[in-house]
Amino acid sequence: MATKKAGAKPNVSAEELLHYYREMLLIRRFEEKAGQLYGMGLIGGFCHLYIGQEAVVVGLEAAADEGDKRVTSYRDHGHMLACGMDPKGVMAELTGREGGYSKGKGGSMHMFSKEKHFYGGHGIVAAQVPIGAGLALADKYLGNDRVTFTYFGDGAANQGQVYETYNMAQLWDLPVVFVIENNQYAMGTSVKRSTKSPSLWERGAAYGIKGEEVDGMDVLAVKAAGEKAVEHCRAGDGPYILEVKTYRYRGHSMSDPAKYRTREEVQKMRDERDPIESVRTMLLDGKHASEDDLKSIDKEVKDQVNEAAEFSKESPEPAMEELWTDIYAKEIPQGEAV
Amino acid sequence: MATEILMPALSPTMEEGTLAKWLVKEGDTVSSGDILAEIETDKATMEFEAVDEGTIGKILVEEGTEGVKVNQPIAVLLEEGEDASAADDVSSGAAEPAAAPEGDTDTREAKAPAAAAQPADPPKADASPDYPEGTETKTMTVREALNSAIAEEMERDENVFIMGEEVAEYQGAYKITQGLLDRFGDKRVIDTPITEHGFAGIGVGAAFGGLRPIVEFMTFNFAMQAMDQIINSAAKTLYMSGGQMGCPMVFRGPNGAAARVGAQHSQDYAAWYASVPGLKVVMPYSAADYKGLFKSAVRDPNPVIFLENEILYGRSFEVPVLDDFTIPFGKAKIARSGSDVTIVSWGIGMSYALEAAEKLAGEGVEAEVIDLRTLRPLDYATVIESVKKTNRCVTVEEGWPVASLSNHLSAYIMENAFDWLDAPVLNCTGKDVPMPYAANLERHALITTDEVVEAVKKVTYR
Ligand SMILES: Cc1ncc(C[n+]2csc(CCOP(=O)(O)OP(=O)(O)O)c2C)c(N)n1
Ligand SMILES: [Mg+2]
Repeated sequence: MATKKAGAKPNVSAEELLHYYREMLLIRRFEEKAGQLYGMGLIGGFCHLYIGQEAVVVGLEAAADEGDKRVTSYRDHGHMLACGMDPKGVMAELTGREGGYSKGKGGSMHMFSKEKHFYGGHGIVAAQVPIGAGLALADKYLGNDRVTFTYFGDGAANQGQVYETYNMAQLWDLPVVFVIENNQYAMGTSVKRSTKSPSLWERGAAYGIKGEEVDGMDVLAVKAAGEKAVEHCRAGDGPYILEVKTYRYRGHSMSDPAKYRTREEVQKMRDERDPIESVRTMLLDGKHASEDDLKSIDKEVKDQVNEAAEFSKESPEPAMEELWTDIYAKEIPQGEAV
Repeated sequence: MATEILMPALSPTMEEGTLAKWLVKEGDTVSSGDILAEIETDKATMEFEAVDEGTIGKILVEEGTEGVKVNQPIAVLLEEGEDASAADDVSSGAAEPAAAPEGDTDTREAKAPAAAAQPADPPKADASPDYPEGTETKTMTVREALNSAIAEEMERDENVFIMGEEVAEYQGAYKITQGLLDRFGDKRVIDTPITEHGFAGIGVGAAFGGLRPIVEFMTFNFAMQAMDQIINSAAKTLYMSGGQMGCPMVFRGPNGAAARVGAQHSQDYAAWYASVPGLKVVMPYSAADYKGLFKSAVRDPNPVIFLENEILYGRSFEVPVLDDFTIPFGKAKIARSGSDVTIVSWGIGMSYALEAAEKLAGEGVEAEVIDLRTLRPLDYATVIESVKKTNRCVTVEEGWPVASLSNHLSAYIMENAFDWLDAPVLNCTGKDVPMPYAANLERHALITTDEVVEAVKKVTYR
């Protein structure tokens, strides 16, 4: 694999650009629909939308190979769609129905897919970080050259277990990419108000872990950084940290009073840095696609999301017996060694 | 086609709210993400954003209106090209609130059995021996039995590995892992830094990823730092994933009081772990049980908490000489038969229970002593059958009295064998205090054999 200079725009084909456009749009439309279903009372509890952050996961998925693993927090819908999980199954889990990925027993924050190597969906801030390193330990132990993408937030970056994990991941050369999705807020607490060491990736240096900051509103920059990180891990050089600077447009969850930042701040991001708009402009300016081409993609995506929403309403609630199943396993349902 | 904009639910508990302020007016065009209104919920004032693009055709609920029900239409949105008159004949079809089905009026529930988990017939006690009579046995310490069980399982399955503080080069803080590093190498016998929360989580991830980790805690006192990973990640994931993702692993180490190590190093966690659905909890007493149950723990597809005891490590018992000796979970052992009273215990509590039974025999009271061995699943059948025979029961537990397993057993026996009881069930537990250091105080803080004897005398009215 050719190494790209950090920061340099990699060459990218029209097909790839169109693919990223489609993937990001799918996440955005899906999340808007989820917000709408929440408003209608069809989705309950906590529901954390990924709107604004789409380029992070789409860029990193573009750097992943078959069999690579991923694990993240409760803000997980985008990750699931980007790794190829079925929007119908995800939406039906949000509505708590039998057709959901966890048969309605997990909810928005807890879904898994062995097939797509998606290991959750974790609700305790930063708990997924050692789990991600453990997945990487399994891969290393089994002697395959897979890499685990371990996503966590800027708020999670202040949890002790992150640093316990950094230490062991580097000590044991585990093939794990730590992706800090720095959307600048942990609920209502900005990074500035939670630490005097705001360059989160640099904290890895204390453990000897390399890393870098990445523009998370630019899908191509994320992809390029992801490729570099993956190459580092696959070469057996241990973990790598990507601090991806991004922004969430919506509230932390559905019940966010939005008092900790100004409307102007959000609007400015949307107007100037939107990751989908910028790919759209690239496609149009580069004459890789016409307005009509994009319109038809928009329509396809909208149909796909509507189909998922329909499915999530029609799928029945889980049968009462489900209350009592899946507490203990008889066989071993766990990740397949690839 | 015009669609209705509905009063949204903006928090998990919101049923109605106040439409505090409109930020758009009739005739405004809006696109997805634009703030339409401010809504006061039960928690806060929040912004309500547009999902679709279009023109505000009509505002149906004036600002300042209180008590607007969730899903009530509050405005009409016109599509590109529609004129305001379309607002008057809204098709409610598109925006029809597909109300969430009410869980408790669901017809599916009526079809489901009243309590799916409660088996129709209570299971019968299984009194079969752990190994055939006449099997050759060998005297072994608990430490030796456990060490050989770990080694045998690592031999059997190369995806089994052990990690923890001082398990490798130091040969185990309590020498349980002695010799394993030499035999299996540092890939499979892994010394960790002192970082319980982190390595417990790494163990969970490794189990998700296809391995069979054994995570040693130097003692379970330190596992409190890892509690979140044990409960939230290991125990609950199978359920949260609808059965897709299990966590086959063992968390093991000494639990409970050792001797004179003070309050922070002397807690019994049996009741804590035994209360968690999704975990299996084992707390053996004899060396044979340590061996047979540990091998089952490694093979079990669920997270298993294996609670050992430092004082027992050096005690010797007969262990069967068999190529592959395992004991199934959920099967208590009648360690001593008797007809006058049932004493239920487990782990080190068994030493007091058995000693008390010996003393009582000298006074003509024949106690039946049950060693539960596994606390989850718990062999209720053996306990109930015995209580129905003796009509009396005393429990013996090292842990604290409040919200103890003993309390749970008392309640279970009361619910299931009330008519057979000739006396209240008595609990002998550790005292309700942090463990003191002074030798005399510590002795008194723990259970004593005399207390068990006293309790038995009380329930037999002697
Ligand atoms: C251990 C723990 N503490 C607190 C919470 C409540 N909580 C949920 S999300 C969150 C903020 C996390 O922010 P960040 O890590 O930046 O992720 P983001 O939500 O921005 O994606 C908090 C405090 C929790 N779930 N877990
Ligand atoms: Mg954040």
